[in-house]
Amino acid sequence: MEQLLNDFSPGLFFMQTLILLVLIFILVKFAWKPILNSLNEREQGIQDALDAAEAAKKEMQNVTADSEKLLKEARAERDVLLKEAREIKESIISEAKEQANAEGDKIIKQAQAAIESEKKAAVAEIKAQVANLSLEIAEKVIKEELSNKDKQLKLVDDMLGDIKLN
Amino acid sequence: MRVLKTPFVLATTLFILLFSNGINAKSQEDKKEGAVNTKEEVEEYILHHIKDSHDFHLFSYTNSEGERKHIGFPLPVIVWSSEGLVTFMSSKFHHDDSGHHIVEASGTRFAKLHGKIYELQPGAESITFDEEHHATNATKVLDFSITKSVLGIVLVGLLMLLLFGSLAKQYKSKKVPTGFGRVLEPLVIYVRDEIAKPNIGDKKYRQFTGYLLTVFFFIWILNLLGLTPLGFNVTGQLAVTAALAIFTLIIYTVKGNKDYWQHMLWMPGVPVLIRPVLAVIELAGAFLIKPFSLLVRLFANISAGHIVVMSLIAILITMKAEMGVVGSSLLSFVLSLFITLIEVLVAFLQAYIFTMLSALFIGMAVAEHDHHHEHDEHGHDKVDAEDVRGNYI
Repeated sequence: MEQLLNDFSPGLFFMQTLILLVLIFILVKFAWKPILNSLNEREQGIQDALDAAEAAKKEMQNVTADSEKLLKEARAERDVLLKEAREIKESIISEAKEQANAEGDKIIKQAQAAIESEKKAAVAEIKAQVANLSLEIAEKVIKEELSNKDKQLKLVDDMLGDIKLN
Repeated sequence: MRVLKTPFVLATTLFILLFSNGINAKSQEDKKEGAVNTKEEVEEYILHHIKDSHDFHLFSYTNSEGERKHIGFPLPVIVWSSEGLVTFMSSKFHHDDSGHHIVEASGTRFAKLHGKIYELQPGAESITFDEEHHATNATKVLDFSITKSVLGIVLVGLLMLLLFGSLAKQYKSKKVPTGFGRVLEPLVIYVRDEIAKPNIGDKKYRQFTGYLLTVFFFIWILNLLGLTPLGFNVTGQLAVTAALAIFTLIIYTVKGNKDYWQHMLWMPGVPVLIRPVLAVIELAGAFLIKPFSLLVRLFANISAGHIVVMSLIAILITMKAEMGVVGSSLLSFVLSLFITLIEVLVAFLQAYIFTMLSALFIGMAVAEHDHHHEHDEHGHDKVDAEDVRGNYI
């Protein structure tokens, strides 16, 4: 112990304290501060970049989810649209059928009416013609009958005979 | 690569400069002086090495004329004597360490005795000793010399300024350093993330990290420097480790918050009668045990390492008679290689432990106690400290 205390040099202690003090101050000012600051800055930068990447990933996920949602909605909308279209189609078809039926009926009725009137006209015409023909025939027959005297007399006799019967 | 080159070239230039200076300053001494051949001389040499010295001695040899040559260079001696500040080069002592060689400077006489510089009382021509070999007519002076340790401290300081200054400069132009900075950066991050943050806490670590980084690299580089054949033993000097420990002590005493002082002086949650007793224990812990554990651990580990390595190298000499030249050389080489490898690990470990414990002590002083779990929190802190202390004592 005495040896140790004897070896202890106050001068060396003083020099060491002085030099270490100066060394600490210079190193802190010119080395440790800039080094630690840039290390922190760099680590902060890396952390920020990682955070940004993470955020971007989340954003991507959100976007994907959004697009999926949109897709789903679009699909649903399409289904609705298709359904509506089908319904519209059916209603149009049935309406068209009804209209066509109605129109057909109407046309048929009109046709029937026309036919009827045509028939009537035709019958009337036939009747007229038949009458004419009958008259002509009767005329010819009468002319024929009256061309010879016997016959004319005979006819008068017949007619008179008929009248008697009546 | 450029970053690595600059300090390296500078260090080399400095070394060559000093070394060439040393060759001029080499002195001729007695034929036998400095030769280490016996067990006693080995012991003395090791003990001498462990101490600080006033000149930078590299090696000695005997030349063809039988003269003993010392290769090294002198360092400036700066002492505060009765005549004020006196400076002269250590070469004036001519490697004398026994107090026989008297140096006259600025009207006072100085002698060097066991690594310490004594000022002779006015009128005295030489030192007289009492029975215990203590000087009777000379007093120790305050010695601010640029000793070998101070030189080592200054060199390491400059090296750190160069290394970390250039690393700091790199960040101005790029995000990731290149060259040697790529090696330094993980070390800085290691100290910040493994030592400062976990022990002090995320909120407050920043203001202490500068100190912790400085101390960590300072101790580590000096420990490693101590393993080189240059023979620095800076972190094995009690004065150096004491200064380091006192820095930590001052930091955690000044920065200690209200909770820290309350827990130290008037512990809440224990019977009032026990509180003064605990206060005494806590005060002793904070002002004596903690700094002592820091300074003695570093000092003892590094000194012991130096002694062990040198003793193993000395097997070369001490076992020569028993094992022959080849046997002792081989044994010495294998053992010292093995121990030196361990010492490389110890160099890092001691720097880590010193910094880690400093961070732990600071962390305990600035910890914010959650008042809902005050007792738990404190108990947890104590366990932490004891755990770590137990592991490394």
